[in-house]
Amino acid sequence: MKRLFWGGLHPADRKSLSSSAQLDTDFQPKAVAIPMQQHIGAPCTPLVQVGDTVKMGQKVGDGQGLCVPVHASVSGKVIAIEPRRHPSGRDILSVVIENDGLDTPDTTLVPHPDYAKLDTDTLLAIIREAGVVGHGGAAFPSNMKALTNLGKIDTLIVNACECEPYITADDILLRTSPAEVLEGIRIVAQLLTPTRTVLAVEDNKQEAIAILREKLSGAKDMELLVLPTRYPQGAEKQLIQAVTGRQVPSGQLPSAVHCAVFNAATYYAVYRAVCLGKAVTERIVTVTGEAVRSPRNVLCRIGTSYQELIDAAGGLTEDVWKVVCGGPMMGFAQENLETVTIKGTNSVLCLAQFRNQEKENPICIRCGRCVQVCPMHLQPLYLYRYRNNPAELKRYHVLDCMECGCCAYTCPGKLPLVETIRQGKSKVREAAGK
Amino acid sequence: MNLTVSSSPHIRGNDSTRRIMRDVNIALLPALLFGIYHFGVSAAIVTAVCIVCAVVTELAANRFLIRDHRELDGSAVVTGMLLALTLPATTPWWVAAIGSVFAILVVKAMCGGLGQNAFNPALAARALLMLVFPTYLVRYFEPQGLLGTADAVTAATPLHHMVMPALPEQSLLDMFLGNIPGCIGEVSTLALLIGGAYLVYRRVISLRIPLAYLGTVAVLTLVFHKTDNAIAWTLYSLMGGGVMLGAIFMATDYATSPVTPLGQVVYGIGCGILTVVFRYYGLYPEGVTYAILIMNGLSWAVDKWTPPVLFGSKGGAA
Repeated sequence: MKRLFWGGLHPADRKSLSSSAQLDTDFQPKAVAIPMQQHIGAPCTPLVQVGDTVKMGQKVGDGQGLCVPVHASVSGKVIAIEPRRHPSGRDILSVVIENDGLDTPDTTLVPHPDYAKLDTDTLLAIIREAGVVGHGGAAFPSNMKALTNLGKIDTLIVNACECEPYITADDILLRTSPAEVLEGIRIVAQLLTPTRTVLAVEDNKQEAIAILREKLSGAKDMELLVLPTRYPQGAEKQLIQAVTGRQVPSGQLPSAVHCAVFNAATYYAVYRAVCLGKAVTERIVTVTGEAVRSPRNVLCRIGTSYQELIDAAGGLTEDVWKVVCGGPMMGFAQENLETVTIKGTNSVLCLAQFRNQEKENPICIRCGRCVQVCPMHLQPLYLYRYRNNPAELKRYHVLDCMECGCCAYTCPGKLPLVETIRQGKSKVREAAGK
Repeated sequence: MNLTVSSSPHIRGNDSTRRIMRDVNIALLPALLFGIYHFGVSAAIVTAVCIVCAVVTELAANRFLIRDHRELDGSAVVTGMLLALTLPATTPWWVAAIGSVFAILVVKAMCGGLGQNAFNPALAARALLMLVFPTYLVRYFEPQGLLGTADAVTAATPLHHMVMPALPEQSLLDMFLGNIPGCIGEVSTLALLIGGAYLVYRRVISLRIPLAYLGTVAVLTLVFHKTDNAIAWTLYSLMGGGVMLGAIFMATDYATSPVTPLGQVVYGIGCGILTVVFRYYGLYPEGVTYAILIMNGLSWAVDKWTPPVLFGSKGGAA
């Protein structure tokens, strides 16, 4: 099949573990911890105090600058405001709410089903107040992304590739709420006025594709683009390359090539914010992996602990090895199950120990596979070789690495390439800072 | 419950160094088996000596020289087998043994071991043997078949005819099948192509180096043909001597060839040019060994000259 972006590979996707399961919509956590930072940018300051009663969807934290508010994802009582474990591995100040199970709604945000009449500033304000951030993982505030792209783009891309193995959250979303996602896309298109709107899906999601095809039959304002499954097609720069053939220049943003990419779940959040007047308080999380007893997709309140979520999926098996926030290629391994889900959490992946792991003495045999699979056309073996030499690392463009993991995945010598390159990047940044 | 915390990626592919080496060994089997069938038991003995010496030397070098508790990965078997395939079946066992120990100890282990050596160990060992024991390495005999003795008539290999210059007396079909005198593993183009196809199918090698190498040899010998029948001259040039073995198995050696796609093409072309130049102007009828060794020395530099085009380095909006 024709390759639409450079490099990449096709790891066993393991999506069938969770893709056939029904979406679990009844899950209620006993308590949630809402971290004050769930986005790239400035953290929020808590707006409530211990002992307060909060409603579902009530704003519990907000801040200035590049910042969007966070909301209570359940109704109940604030029992603590303290640092809690965040998927990044750090402890972040969080508002802990005991769930009363009533979901008493907060009505501050109002629905705007007639959004076509709204002007840009109003729409952006609605999206901000609902706390919408990119749902693909990086969690950049969506109102700011839209604002900085106003009038600059000709192509709006819906990222529904979900190219990471195991994860099926976007797949399930497209199958269960296709009309809502399409509505969200139309709202963003109204803001950004692209000449072309592309819904990009990988061909391993045939059920979702069939549904979307039906929903889009006769639609003139957007097209469904079915891409051959290949990792990391869902990476922003690679997806732009696959869809438009354009390359985002090194160190620049997609707007440099007149594109904007949002994750499918982000459009859904935009739809909920604008048409329903609902803040980001829940999202679909795939709880999966060989080490969880009954893998599934859960409509999960933001701030749910991994422990509660995994218990809802039957608990861990004896041979659990890693619990990862996100996918197996780029996710973060967690120290314990106290970590809570945030807006960018698409998956809680429970892996069992398996073969093919790193060896104690990894040896580079110069097979060159890492060079072949690197979607940025870097030479990972030399980034490894010159790991202690910032000048050489810079010469080999270490900062262009996005840590997609293709090199390490494919390396027959099992070199710790991503880890080493990540350290190399900080060395280059340090050297530049001096 | 103990959760492991380590860097992504959290899954790894099935490929391993050991598996790659096993594939190379499998790919060498057709050429080796044909060599034994064609040249007799002596070919098997030379091969066994090379492999055993290589593995024993590797074990000792890992234990006493490199000392990082690395395990055997099959690469010593590859080196031993490759060296044997470049030797005549008449090579005395002790000459083969010296070559094999030199390959692993001096060329590979002393450079840091697997992946660190600048020169292909098997070829470097062959070059040493040609320098020190030339009489043993340029004596070829008429193939005796499986049970024949190796003390029969001295034979002229196709390349010996070609230095005259004249077309060899063997037919092109015999050349293709391997029904000719020569080194153990170089005679049968068919067997080598089968092995090469397996390596490509298993994605152990790409076609870039072999095609660039063989293509360059083909073009140069076609243009600068030395007999009237240019096409026959080209075909004999491709199937005679070690160029097929070299292009498929030696020039594609990971440690000693470039990793960048363009670099691999440049490297293959370089090997091809040098092979033809050495064959046309050199002391020996064959030039593959020295051609590849010289390009080995340049492969890191070639990598530097041919970096892949960085994503986003050219072309903004389409």
